[in-house]
Amino acid sequence: MALSNVLHAPAAGFNFDHAARNAELEGLFDAQIPKPVKTGTTIAGVVFKDGVVLGADTRATSSEIVADKMCSKIHYIAPNIYCCGAGTAADTEKTTELLSSNLTIFSLNSGRNPRVVMAVNILQEMLYRYHGQIGASLILGGVDCTGNHLYTVGPYGSVNTMPYLAMGSGDLAALGILEDGYKPDLELDKAKELVRAAIHAGVMNDLASGNNIDICVLTREGVDHIRPYQVSQYKDKRKTKYKYGAGTTAVLTEKVVPVKLEVVEETVQRMDTA
Amino acid sequence: MDSVPVNGVLRSRLIETTIMALEYDGGVVIGADSRTTTGAYIANRVTDKLTPIHDRIFCCRSGSAADTQAIADVVTYQLGFHSIELDEPPLVETAANLFRASCYRYREELTAGILVAGWDRRKGGQVYCVPIGGMLVRQPVSVGGSGSSYIYGFMDSNYKPNMTKDQCLELTAAAVSLAMERDGSSGGVVRLASISKDGVERRVILGNQLPKYSTH
Repeated sequence: MALSNVLHAPAAGFNFDHAARNAELEGLFDAQIPKPVKTGTTIAGVVFKDGVVLGADTRATSSEIVADKMCSKIHYIAPNIYCCGAGTAADTEKTTELLSSNLTIFSLNSGRNPRVVMAVNILQEMLYRYHGQIGASLILGGVDCTGNHLYTVGPYGSVNTMPYLAMGSGDLAALGILEDGYKPDLELDKAKELVRAAIHAGVMNDLASGNNIDICVLTREGVDHIRPYQVSQYKDKRKTKYKYGAGTTAVLTEKVVPVKLEVVEETVQRMDTA
Repeated sequence: MDSVPVNGVLRSRLIETTIMALEYDGGVVIGADSRTTTGAYIANRVTDKLTPIHDRIFCCRSGSAADTQAIADVVTYQLGFHSIELDEPPLVETAANLFRASCYRYREELTAGILVAGWDRRKGGQVYCVPIGGMLVRQPVSVGGSGSSYIYGFMDSNYKPNMTKDQCLELTAAAVSLAMERDGSSGGVVRLASISKDGVERRVILGNQLPKYSTH
């Protein structure tokens, strides 16, 4: 069986450890339960002749405020596998980090490079076990010895594999571009342009997607993570400098009080370095 | 169905489909449409709902995509293990029982309607139906999914015992096309497979090659 948790096996069945805690927290916060930061995103991926191109926008929203203008949604999983994440920002971040560290341990233990299908299976097992409570919609892309792969894993644990995919709140806009422009065995430039156009459609037509566009190209030779690939045309210029030089605040008086410390107890423990 | 809103809207992906399986002398023919929906959005228009469980045993999945994929993975593992222990190809009835065991035990948590079909040396081609709730019954012909309602009449009047493999394939393609025509939750392409002692043959009928029935 896959080594999804190397250090200890996960408990069987669904995990409702936090249900009681969450219920109590709801009571404490009264009306204002803090809203999780969502990535309200457009992410897309395309399989081309020599590999896979992944793309994402860079806006993270907290209701109607943009919480992060330069958020990184293309996460590192392994040297040959990257993952775009849509949904709840914390969930996608932590899920991909967990996957990445488990795959690294697997690589070290077995001496093998991880395969994309292994990453997908581990993600599927984990998300299904949490029954949709982890709000992560992921697009996994990578190149391994068996070829170029692109998968999507839904929050409930369903997996689909397609030559082109889009997820997130801007997925319909992106998918329109992909459906129209995709052909099998595209060249690298065409593939990058297709993914850029797809994310751009999401950025333009979805309020929750925006700012810059990141692209990640994965091939047998290596990875090219271009951040940003396209910069937003709606950047603001700051009106003044917000840095305060030394001396801005006047010092009126200065008083130094040394703190007396006594040695009360001293123990020496030898370290066995044999 | 089980659209649990967590942190906003997180719909589960459903395979509200049309699936069917029929026995013929020497094997089985199975067919399905290719649509997976999340609410009103088609999440995957080229889904493969015919999932191999073993060399000569397949299952047709309907219901929740996540649940059926998970159950199929579990049964594939259990059946593979069982087959290696026995040092023999497993029986279709065994596979069907493994599905039933999972679907019945977790009936409150799962939404899975599955058709198990395959060939084994003891009883030849067999079709077993494991609907939502975890019943198990063997039937010579079985249809499932939301689109099945529209083709019960068609199947009752057109299925005859002892048809040839090609007649079965034609009938399956026709039935699934008719269901796709009427059921909004079914569509895309028609995937067919025939399983016999000689192996598995898979076929896809694209949208523009489907048998046409509407004249209006």
